[in-house]
Amino acid sequence: MALLKRRPVRVPGLLASFLHVDAAADAIRAVRALGIRDLTVYTPAPNHEIEEALGQRVSPVRLFTLIGGLSGCAAGFGMTIWMSYDWPVLVGGKPIASIPPYVVIAFELTILLGALSTVAAVALFSVLMGKPGAAYDPRFSDDQIGIFVPAPSDQAGRVEQLLRSAGAVEVRHEA
Amino acid sequence: MAVVTHPVAHDGHSMTQSHSDITRDVVATLGPPTRGYLVLLFGAVSLLLVGILTFLILVKDGLGHAGYNPPVFWSVYITTFVFWIGIGHAGTLISAILFLFRSPWRTAVYRSTEAMTVFAVMTAGLFPIIHIGRQWIFYWLLPYPNQRFLWPNFKSPLLWDVFAISTYLTVSTTFLVFGLLPDVAAVRDKVSGWRKAVYSLTSVGWRGTNNQWRHYSRAYLYLAALATPLVLSVHSVVSWDFAVSLVPGWHGTIFAPYFVAGAIYSGIGMVLTLIIPLRRAFRIEHLITDYHFDNLAKLTLLTGSILLYAYAMEYFVAWYSGNIFEQTTFYRRAFGPMWWAGWTMIICNAFVSQLLWFRKIRVNITALFVISIFINIGMWFERFVIIVSSLSNDYIPWAWGQLNPTWADWGILAGSFGWFGMWFLLFAKNFPIVAIQEIKEMIPMPRKRGGH
Repeated sequence: MALLKRRPVRVPGLLASFLHVDAAADAIRAVRALGIRDLTVYTPAPNHEIEEALGQRVSPVRLFTLIGGLSGCAAGFGMTIWMSYDWPVLVGGKPIASIPPYVVIAFELTILLGALSTVAAVALFSVLMGKPGAAYDPRFSDDQIGIFVPAPSDQAGRVEQLLRSAGAVEVRHEA
Repeated sequence: MAVVTHPVAHDGHSMTQSHSDITRDVVATLGPPTRGYLVLLFGAVSLLLVGILTFLILVKDGLGHAGYNPPVFWSVYITTFVFWIGIGHAGTLISAILFLFRSPWRTAVYRSTEAMTVFAVMTAGLFPIIHIGRQWIFYWLLPYPNQRFLWPNFKSPLLWDVFAISTYLTVSTTFLVFGLLPDVAAVRDKVSGWRKAVYSLTSVGWRGTNNQWRHYSRAYLYLAALATPLVLSVHSVVSWDFAVSLVPGWHGTIFAPYFVAGAIYSGIGMVLTLIIPLRRAFRIEHLITDYHFDNLAKLTLLTGSILLYAYAMEYFVAWYSGNIFEQTTFYRRAFGPMWWAGWTMIICNAFVSQLLWFRKIRVNITALFVISIFINIGMWFERFVIIVSSLSNDYIPWAWGQLNPTWADWGILAGSFGWFGMWFLLFAKNFPIVAIQEIKEMIPMPRKRGGH
């Protein structure tokens, strides 16, 4: 719901399109050198040059994968052992709670919860760490790289010049 | 992800493909359906209706219609269950394991194989439910709090199967949908009208921002890393349904790796059966090329050779064990009343795959298609032979009996192909069947300062 509420807000700034990946990386470095950090960069596919120019750290989703996996493992052993003792039935002369067969259940639940929490983390971080209000253009999912620079009107001229000299094919003012 | 190899670089002309060409060509596959597509869809739905009708009769009258004959109470339904579960494995191998191995050729084919996985597992999941007889109480398999305070027996391999299959279905569906996100967004930005509205909804706000890619790429890596041990575990668990029992021909330690190799082999057979007509129908021959078929065929050769080894080893172990029951079972597989099934399995799987040593055959699309049909038939028979021939003559000759498959068996089998085919066809026409985003990732973007 937070997502829906935040969407209509438009942030003033500049939306530049690039055809060349090195030009876009130059522009990112130049804008970041100005002290503007909250850029939004759109690419049709993940790109290492862009990531390096942005100086991004590794995503924290891996922590959620770990937590999800460990909880799944604990849930798997916890459930099977508790349920075995809740209604104890002797099967095949084995102990009531027999660990080797329960490894299979714990393993499957490790994978299940690990995977689901990974995807949940992506959804969560995309909303929490996303920069709402940035302008978008459909060409950014096709073959162009887009850079949205949130800039107040007094800085806009300077930023536009930077983007153009880096090689932007188009720069749009978004109010 | 320093991928340097171009996915379609092996045939020169494709190097000229740009990002916008990829989007255009893949979005073009989603256009209005052709007559051929509608005929196929009609065929699939008709088969499904046969299956539904058969199922309704089974619900009304019970499993007596199926060809069960003591002591054979696992037959065509369980065979087909293992068959479809196996099909799924090649998809996960290609989408997850080859992703971790950084195999560049997987990109063009992995979406269709992953879709195949999801639908094959969806199909397989129906069979244990059909097989249990009182289908409406299938939920008794799950551990849920009930008025009798009973819990399932977690020491039973059949319950491991419940967990393995449901996890596999959930995780492979998640993996498929997650991988589709950026591609659905790319389609959204190309289409208009009500289709745009639908794809906007299904792309859940994907815009390819640096923040989204940052989490997405990492998450994809971990999903692949989780799916890899999962796929190996699922067919191992399926094999333990058999191996943990004491039936001759089933009680072997070789079963888990033998089943996993067979699963991947059968799955690649189905991949070939599906994508050879698909790439022609969708005019994406320049995206899925000889290079991909050559690699798929090599994988078939590898797993087919593992099967050849496993078959030989089964016979060797039966002889070497000195156990008369084991020896009789394997003798009867080759020379007993089901000799035709036993030889179908050995010829279609172990021998036909050996043709792929020749590159000429590996890049001959017609030959590959024919071989893939043999693989599908052979792998269905493999499970049929393992299940039915072992059960029909276990220990005391007095208690032996033969299976008599009926219309109820074949009706459900036909229905399963219809169900699978329907989902696959609907998917192929509504979602990008070639991963737009991943192919773009492998094609270097243009540079201002020379280079590409």
